[in-house]
Amino acid sequence: MGNVLTIILQRLTLGLLTLLIVSIVIFVAVNLLPGDFAQSILGQGATPEAVASIREDLGLDQPMVTRYFDWLGGVLRGDLGTSFAQANFASFTGTDSGATTVAQQIAPRFANTMFLAMITAIIAVPFSIFLGVLAALYRNTVFDRATNIFTLSSISSPEFFLAYILILFLAVLNPIFPSLSNIFEGMPFGERVEKSMLPALTLTLVVTAHMMRMTRAAIINLLASPYIEMARLKGLSPMRVIVKHALPNALAPIINVIALNLAYLITGVVVVEVVFVYPGIGQLFVDSVKIRDIPVVQACCLIFATAFILLNLTADIMSILSNPRLRHPK
Amino acid sequence: MSEEILVKMRDVWLEGRSDETWNPIINGVDLTLKKGEVLGLIGESGAGKSTLGLAAMGYTRDGVRISKGSVEFDGIDLLTASAAVKRELLGKRIAYVAQSAAASFNPAHKLMDQHVEGPVQHGVMSKSDSEEDGMELYRKLRLPNPDQIGFRYPHQVSGGQLQRCMTAMAMSCRPDLIIFDEPTTALDVTTQIEVLASIRDIVEQFNTAAIYITHDLAVVAQMADTIKVLLKGDEVETADTRTMLSAPTQEYTKSLWAVRSFERPQKPAVQTGSVPVVSVQNVDASYGTVPVLHDVSFDMHEGRTVAVVGESGSGKSTTARCITGLLPPKAGQILVDGEVMPPDYRKRSKDQLRQVQMIYQMADTALNPRMSIGQIIARPVEFYLGLKGAEKRKRVDALLEQIELEPSQYYHRLPSELSGGQKQRIGIARALAAEPKFIICDEVTSALDQLVAEGILRLLARLQDELSLTYMFITHDLATVRAIADEVVVMKDGRVVEQGPKTEMFTPPHHAYTDLLLSSVPQMDPDWLTNLLAERGVDNIGDAAVDKM
Repeated sequence: MGNVLTIILQRLTLGLLTLLIVSIVIFVAVNLLPGDFAQSILGQGATPEAVASIREDLGLDQPMVTRYFDWLGGVLRGDLGTSFAQANFASFTGTDSGATTVAQQIAPRFANTMFLAMITAIIAVPFSIFLGVLAALYRNTVFDRATNIFTLSSISSPEFFLAYILILFLAVLNPIFPSLSNIFEGMPFGERVEKSMLPALTLTLVVTAHMMRMTRAAIINLLASPYIEMARLKGLSPMRVIVKHALPNALAPIINVIALNLAYLITGVVVVEVVFVYPGIGQLFVDSVKIRDIPVVQACCLIFATAFILLNLTADIMSILSNPRLRHPK
Repeated sequence: MSEEILVKMRDVWLEGRSDETWNPIINGVDLTLKKGEVLGLIGESGAGKSTLGLAAMGYTRDGVRISKGSVEFDGIDLLTASAAVKRELLGKRIAYVAQSAAASFNPAHKLMDQHVEGPVQHGVMSKSDSEEDGMELYRKLRLPNPDQIGFRYPHQVSGGQLQRCMTAMAMSCRPDLIIFDEPTTALDVTTQIEVLASIRDIVEQFNTAAIYITHDLAVVAQMADTIKVLLKGDEVETADTRTMLSAPTQEYTKSLWAVRSFERPQKPAVQTGSVPVVSVQNVDASYGTVPVLHDVSFDMHEGRTVAVVGESGSGKSTTARCITGLLPPKAGQILVDGEVMPPDYRKRSKDQLRQVQMIYQMADTALNPRMSIGQIIARPVEFYLGLKGAEKRKRVDALLEQIELEPSQYYHRLPSELSGGQKQRIGIARALAAEPKFIICDEVTSALDQLVAEGILRLLARLQDELSLTYMFITHDLATVRAIADEVVVMKDGRVVEQGPKTEMFTPPHHAYTDLLLSSVPQMDPDWLTNLLAERGVDNIGDAAVDKM
């Protein structure tokens, strides 16, 4: 096991290093955005003096390197900074929610996003693997082709289109689920789940294709190997051959694709959030970019990057652990 | 042995699919196997042995079909039986032992879990009964630690042990028939004996019928009651083992038997004081921090063949890598014609590089598939000798003639259009093109069928006489050593354990390890294995014999 621990530690260190580099990239990229908060708040007719005074208030007149280290130091202490918009200018933007720090502002939104991602994952991952196994078992049959056509067309359609189709069939024609997902703090769990169902189903349709097709391909890839032939020659049922003998050896690539799709569920769902009015982090992110609320944008980017790196790290470690040669050295 | 018929195959035709057409693999072969009988199926690669063996189970691989004929197992027609009926037979009454146990055990599950799967799924035994029975079988197959070995993963067990675990797995449901598909081909001679003895014992003990597929006559002579010889999908002849060995009727069978008769006479001893062409002096080498060679020393003299023998992992190929400079030694030196070579090939001059050439085991992968034969041979001609244009072409043609291939026919062909033996000849021509003094032949015949291999050995011998070449011949096959060597170097665990002229090596007394190697080479005599085991004492085979040293 010592061997595996070393590998895991190596990956963790690499992950932290990546995160540090990403933080630089985020900072530079966000600061390259044209215009700044002062200008976008004060509008066209602002006097240069007024702009300069707001810039000074917010520390925007400091050199970039100083600002980066201030920000990084804050992040390391757990302080993501103060939202420009919420700090002194809430009256301008009309979005005063009483939360002044970035952390306070992001926390509830992020929790909502994680909730939606979790529900989607619970539905989508088993469903995709199950479909993938069946498609491998009945490969090149009508079932296989139908599954492929279904998943490929759903991944090829725009998300809002899928969302509206689901609203049409599951909310309007057959009112099973509510079409608005305006969840709020303190809502009972059952109701939360019910309200999140349509966005979760939409996202399931989006992520199923990748995972299902990788499962199918990884299994079929192994079917020509001698141990699969041996399993067949032992007179085992085709289902057992695939589930017991092929699937455990096909896990590594499947796990990686699952991780990529889970990362997408956290970082890329803004369109679905908008359609269903779901208060997730995606909407907050887009709003903050619009008004150049730099601390919020940076914090969101950093959270997205962390999610991406953590999930890929987990996937790496799990693929390594799925190899019995590493789990049980000689 | 009862006279009841277990397997009846009549006029079986098998076809394989390639390039959208079906090509014949087996052409109307009959096969009859009685209960408890062992049938040896023998032939060169491509003869269709494995395909026929699998067809006896009613199974064909993807891209193969049975186009005609009937296959009956104990009165059940396997070709018309439903998939469910066949699954009920497979594993339970018909079992399979594959060539590579390492590839045929699922890497994700413990050996015992794979062992009990058959009995449990077929409802023959409960899991715990089957586990106990498994340990009992492991004990019968003389596996070390029979109570624990099953709870390991396949990669934690050695090749010879895995092969016996697979035989135990085939036995788990006490089948009436087992198909052994080259079960010892991938093993070293000393390991092969243990597996052969175990298989033979257990098949006799449970009176199991078996089809034993192999290309090795001496092996089949130990195992089979009856032998069937196949050639390119046709049956050549079938007879009981002793008759077949003493009086084969067909020309092809006789030629198979005759192969092992090729033997070069021993050359006279080297004059003392003459400078060896290549001298390996006190070489130590390691891969990373793992030491592989310890104080290896031997000389190779002009016009002679030095055979380096040993099991896999003994350091034969590593020694060759040190001589060529691909792996600079940690200590010691390599001398060519008395001159010390730079350890790293990158530091050697073009002329020093030219002196040492190599021929590889897998001609398939050693030739660039995108270059024509002419280009492959012309490259060293141009690089080392600087010949251009018509002169170069003339030299390539001469080389092709030397390896007995018609230049006009082969010059423009691609390697993929050649047979295995022809590819190996191209490998030889490429080595000769540099006009070297010394050629390293790394297992050059082990991927070839016996008849083809013999042709290659004869060619190498002729070239040696004509050009007074020096060969270092790496091999694990002692029959090849007997055929071609002048001197023999025996290696074990990275050390030279014995060296000397061939005649001396093949006459006792030997070093204990050489003795073990020599006595482990299967002989044509059908009683060889029985006698050998009696001589060594049954518990004293293989592992035990090695441990004693």
